Amino acid sequence: MPVNPDLQGREFPPVAPYLVGREKVREFARAVFATSPLNYSPEAASAAGYSDVVAPPTFPVVVQEATLAQLLAEPDAGIDFTRVVHGDQRFAYTRPIVAGDELTATLSVTSIKTLGGHSMVTSESTMVDASGGHVVTAISTLVIRGDES
Amino acid sequence: MTALTVGEVVAERSFQLTRDSLVRYAGASGDFNPIHYRDDVAQSVGLPGVLAHGMLTMGLAVQPVVDWLGDRGAVLDYQVRFTRPVLVDPVDGATVNVIAKVGVVDDAGARIDLTVTFNDETVLGKAQVRVSLN
Repeated sequence: MPVNPDLQGREFPPVAPYLVGREKVREFARAVFATSPLNYSPEAASAAGYSDVVAPPTFPVVVQEATLAQLLAEPDAGIDFTRVVHGDQRFAYTRPIVAGDELTATLSVTSIKTLGGHSMVTSESTMVDASGGHVVTAISTLVIRGDES
Repeated sequence: MTALTVGEVVAERSFQLTRDSLVRYAGASGDFNPIHYRDDVAQSVGLPGVLAHGMLTMGLAVQPVVDWLGDRGAVLDYQVRFTRPVLVDPVDGATVNVIAKVGVVDDAGARIDLTVTFNDETVLGKAQVRVSLN
């Protein structure tokens, strides 16, 4: 089944707010080999002007995941999860994420393209904090491989 | 910070990945796709073996830039294209090398271009970090 071209422009309801925990930031930082004290030490973060430990640049992928799950589960999307490959990824930041942030992410599908039997679905997860201020937008292109035959 | 020159290497780091690294990243990120920890599942979908999460490679590749930047600036934008997989051997793991070079210097700051290689082949395309500089 091909990807439904009508998905282009579709905006999904915001996912449940994600509360960024200090230990989650530290766990993620260790997993990506981060060494900056800003990722681990509230004192170092505070000295640099942050309210708590700072998340590494790719941390928003944790929040993006829930929004992409919405897309993959959309009944009329026609996206076969077993054929999905991550094509590219981008983050556009207004500010770094810090522990204590409550992030609400909203996904919209910005483009659907077909190339040589493969479909490319580009979507944006826009993340705002509890006061509604923009924090980061995660932009992801998923490649859905066509039938081999 | 002294003025940057286009082409100047600002940071360089080598990362030794093991299967343990992948399990750790799976837990931290919530991405439990079994192609990142089970050879049988990876092989059943036509892969030679267990691969690193693309987002793990993206996540570690920016770290040398983060360390170089310190508190003198901020990451404004970071993008990559996933072009080749990083195959992680159960015994020998995988070594990923990152070289960060100045690509552009402008009023907004700089664009740092990353060359990320595994087995002498680049695994990320158009890996660019936009930074502001205080």
